[in-house]
Amino acid sequence: MPLLEQGFPVADRFVPVADDAPLPDAPAIVSLARLQREAEALAGRNVALGVQVASTTKPEDLAPLLDRVALLVVEFPKFRDGRGFTIARTLRERYGYTGEIRAVGHILPDQYAFLVRCGFSSVAVPEAADLSVWAAALGRFHVAYQAAVDAAPVVSGLRRRLALG
Amino acid sequence: MQAKVKTKGTAQPVVVTANRLRDGRVVWLAAGGRWAEPVAEAAVFAGEAAEAALAEAAEAERRQIVVGPYLAEVRVGAGGPVPLRARERFRADGPSVGIVAA
Amino acid sequence: MDIAESAIALPVAATTRAGIYHYDEYDREFLRERVAEFRDQVERRLAGALSEDEFKPLRLMNGLYLQLHAYMLRCAIPYGVLSSEQLRQLAHIARTYDRGFGHFTTRQNLQFNWIKLEEAPDALAALAEADLHALQTSGNCIRNVTTDEFAGAAADEVVDPRVYAEILRQWSTLHPEFSYLPRKFKIAITGAQNDRAAIQVHDIGLLAKRGPNGEAGFEVWAGGGLGRVPIIGTKLRAWLPEPEFLSYMEAVLRVYNALGGRENIHKARIKILLRDLGAARFTELVEREFATLPREKFRLDPAVVAAIRAHFAPPAFLALPEAAEVLARQVAADTAFADWVAHNTHPHRQPGYISAVISLKPIGGIPGDASAAQMDAVAELADRYSFDEIRVTHVQNLVLPHVRQDELFAVWRALDALGLATANIGTVTDIIACPGLDYCALANARAIPVAQLLSERFADLRRQYDIGPLTLNISGCINACGHHHVGAIGILGVDKKGEEFYQITLGGSAGNDAAIGEIVGPAVPYDAVVDAVETIVHTYLAHRQAGEAFLAAYRRLGVAPFKEALYAIA
Repeated sequence: MPLLEQGFPVADRFVPVADDAPLPDAPAIVSLARLQREAEALAGRNVALGVQVASTTKPEDLAPLLDRVALLVVEFPKFRDGRGFTIARTLRERYGYTGEIRAVGHILPDQYAFLVRCGFSSVAVPEAADLSVWAAALGRFHVAYQAAVDAAPVVSGLRRRLALG
Repeated sequence: MQAKVKTKGTAQPVVVTANRLRDGRVVWLAAGGRWAEPVAEAAVFAGEAAEAALAEAAEAERRQIVVGPYLAEVRVGAGGPVPLRARERFRADGPSVGIVAA
Repeated sequence: MDIAESAIALPVAATTRAGIYHYDEYDREFLRERVAEFRDQVERRLAGALSEDEFKPLRLMNGLYLQLHAYMLRCAIPYGVLSSEQLRQLAHIARTYDRGFGHFTTRQNLQFNWIKLEEAPDALAALAEADLHALQTSGNCIRNVTTDEFAGAAADEVVDPRVYAEILRQWSTLHPEFSYLPRKFKIAITGAQNDRAAIQVHDIGLLAKRGPNGEAGFEVWAGGGLGRVPIIGTKLRAWLPEPEFLSYMEAVLRVYNALGGRENIHKARIKILLRDLGAARFTELVEREFATLPREKFRLDPAVVAAIRAHFAPPAFLALPEAAEVLARQVAADTAFADWVAHNTHPHRQPGYISAVISLKPIGGIPGDASAAQMDAVAELADRYSFDEIRVTHVQNLVLPHVRQDELFAVWRALDALGLATANIGTVTDIIACPGLDYCALANARAIPVAQLLSERFADLRRQYDIGPLTLNISGCINACGHHHVGAIGILGVDKKGEEFYQITLGGSAGNDAAIGEIVGPAVPYDAVVDAVETIVHTYLAHRQAGEAFLAAYRRLGVAPFKEALYAIA
């Protein structure tokens, strides 16, 4: 699936790995269950580690694992399920996570700006996605009315200037 | 909300109704796959033909013609099909209340 | 879009008289971009690039429903406050994109019932010309914040809630984290101890008040609501200081977004989460979230509050030492006027002034409806008599908030000529009714004709006054948009085998003594509703003590005498 960062397609250096498959000597994404089970073994790897979590995941359960995870993949089972926004935001603001956070699943381009403002670094989009629609959606708004994870500067009152794409 | 109408093996006459996507107006599936505004022009189906009509309507939804097609039970009167349930009667006849004078 | 960052954001508007939030270039830029976004979304929908399932939440977040006969557009009237220019624009939209009328709702919004999807972007663009929109009036997001219709005018007001309603409106606009909530989220705020905003039956209810040093702060309620599971809210906090206002709101919404149910839409409101967790555990989670989020980032700067408060500065009131006496003389001279003043006005904090309620409940009329011509006429009256300002009440009436007492008679005469002077505010004919099955795809039964028939049955004003204050609320389905749960008499439309039946509840209230009505007995058919209500009223009149209003009598008597009167075998 194409991966977008700041509205542009980028190569994915990570490979998803099934729970029962051996880990390659390359950046790999494992399930949360596997990460928790094999924490010791995975800690010994020299290669970047990614973990994929469900939208029901509690950020506090991820807290102890954050220092060994370079990529957090958050699932959106249905675009109406907005829990991923809170997961990413909490990881950034409360736990200070600085690694990559990626959104995967059923997501609409109309949600792209929200994802970025909540601290997502990248979005996996459908194979046949029209990337121009995603890019346009990201850069659609230049004014926001609330603080978020992005460093949009205050221009007046509660208004912030957005420059997302 | 809309109770699913059972049509298999029954002779209960039904029509197919939906809202037109572009303007939201109530339409009824008429002969030849046309969508008509007056309920009097609605084609009446029963049994398997009703299922087929609903499938045809689903195709119209996929082609951005209508939204939310469903089957509505009718009785067949002299002037055409008359919906049995209050909801479809209002869809057919419009609101029962007047409009505040413009 | 290039906006010079160094420009001072002063209000720029055709008139700065009305006490509304006056948009500046930032707000207008945002609204333009929002309209462009929706236009693009509609194009993608019509071209098939978006399915209905994907498009529906997007159009709902722009207030566009697909109803029984057409699309319905729900325009936001932020906390029920309008300038006359804005009301004129709404009239223009009614004429241009609809059938010449609109319906004011129990959340202080305005609904148009005959919109076309392909014209909706143009309608939104027209709204934007008057700094109006339909943002977030539907969908699983934070909805229009509602408040007291006499905000900024009421004699008993302690803190002007419009200031904080506006802060909440801005903060909640396209909030990146809270636009895909488990379900809708409704906030109400009052600035007077006497709650005219129904804060105890909202997802978050706020009472703005003053601390020991006169500083502003809030009492915070959460988890109230009507609908399928009516629940009175829980008080989370007796005192929330003003600087912490948005931080705390973020904390409540975050707990809800993370933990609110998403499996079953009937169990997805925050009231269900609070009930299931228990008040103690829920409060603990909110307080913990509040304690750990970056407080400085969300701190509400007093300078920001002051800048917003400036939009709501009192109008240029005059000293009117004679006005009260003039009014008293006119009241004494005209009994029809006296009736109207007694029922349709509210005391003003400024000597010589008064608030006037415009009844949108003419006998036999459709509650809450106004024609484009009536909207224009009310705008004209606002220009002339109320500093360009109009309010929408959550009981579906309108208000001219700042009228000179010595001009009230002229206002009344003008309203009377427009059919807008029915002297029935708070009486049994001041009925709340949702659009019901005549318009709404969710409804089980009609509400409007029931309201009309009831209104006609109780048409006699003297009889209405004898009955006294009585809230009569009608909902066409369990979603309770007609607020039937909190009516002293509530009527709920239900579907019995495709036919319209009505369940009656008694003893509800939305004020400080908030209560959910109790079911009297089995639902009655459409043809029996009006008689049933009359029987209930007669029972009350037969049993009441001197000066005892309906609600008090019901609480004393209980449901038994009413049940017996309604269902006794003849």
